[in-house]
Amino acid sequence: MNTKNKITDYDIESVMGTLLITGVIISGAVVLFGGACYLYQTGSSLPHYKTFSGELSGLRSVRQILTGVMHFDSLAIIQFGLVLLIATPIARVVFSVVGFFVEKDYLYVLISLIVLVIIAFSILSVGAS
Amino acid sequence: MTIIVFSLIILAGSFLAGLVGSLTGLGGGVIIIPMLTLVFHVDIHYAIGASLISVIATSSGAAAAYVKEGISNIRIGMFLEIATTLGAVGGAVLAIYAPTHLIAIIFGMVLIFSAALSFKKRNEILTQTEPGKFSKIFKLNSSYPTASGNISYNVHHVAGGFLMMIVAGVISGLLGIGSGALKVIAMDNIMKLPFKVSTTTSNFMIGVTAAASAGIYLHRGYINPGLSMPVVLGVIAGAFMGSKVLVKSETKWLRILFAIIITFLAIQMIYNGISGNL
Repeated sequence: MNTKNKITDYDIESVMGTLLITGVIISGAVVLFGGACYLYQTGSSLPHYKTFSGELSGLRSVRQILTGVMHFDSLAIIQFGLVLLIATPIARVVFSVVGFFVEKDYLYVLISLIVLVIIAFSILSVGAS
Repeated sequence: MTIIVFSLIILAGSFLAGLVGSLTGLGGGVIIIPMLTLVFHVDIHYAIGASLISVIATSSGAAAAYVKEGISNIRIGMFLEIATTLGAVGGAVLAIYAPTHLIAIIFGMVLIFSAALSFKKRNEILTQTEPGKFSKIFKLNSSYPTASGNISYNVHHVAGGFLMMIVAGVISGLLGIGSGALKVIAMDNIMKLPFKVSTTTSNFMIGVTAAASAGIYLHRGYINPGLSMPVVLGVIAGAFMGSKVLVKSETKWLRILFAIIITFLAIQMIYNGISGNL
């Protein structure tokens, strides 16, 4: 990115590809680790997914999940990995804003920002209730 | 059945779903939700949450491979993501209020539709016509590399494609699937994109679309870590395996088999939805 050559769409896409695969690998590893701990701790008890009651209130916001991770709660570690996975495509949109800005394509900076605002709405305001 | 046995069976099933889903291009979600609800009697809301997460994983994993080939059109993707994310937020909110049996019936109908669509012939060679007005304003016309040099293409009916993408977003947010079939209709049939471009761009968009509804699902408690863990790990592994064999294998018989399985699952979902068993 530091070279004086013109930044092209292809450069943006190439970095995006690396970003996406890194995100999937890291989050997959976190889920795997948390999953191994979870099965080790509770593997012999019975699952109860038949009735929907909402996940434990401690695992519904990022702050609560992080607190759980600090206490080495295996379900919180899995949930943290899942949040990283959700964050991966969002990081791609953030990166697009920067990429289009470097390309001086301001129309697409705006379009990427609109997408980001819609996602932010989903994550921030709806979750407040 | 203990949690460890349950998790291992779900892991194996999700691996198969991810493998077949990536080979046929329909994604793993269409298999995972019926598997969890019909076979394991998991509540459909948990199933949708787990599927949605796996959709993000497959989309990101596959997009990483596609973008480096330079075929996907990041401008078309980003532009249409306005439509799909708006739809996805709406769909996720609908899923909160829609009764379970109704979701099951809609899911079954979308499955049948997707299965039928997977047989449709795709645009390989394009008759080049004048691009539409919006496609110039939004700089959507582009080219893609092939063995015999770059092929340029024009984009048509941007407004129609945009509307179809809103519908695709709603379905994705409501049912927790990638709704690749609807995205392909929008890009192939309405916007007249070459199928290589539409396939890769659609896949590229699925992750962002799913992320838009995943935030709502997470806050509502639809994303259960114990259930999602084997689903996500299985689907990632299966999709990765699928992407390795995709180039060599003949997928026509696989599509037929997959379409039959999907239709069977769809009928089950609709039947159980109507009879109130889900």
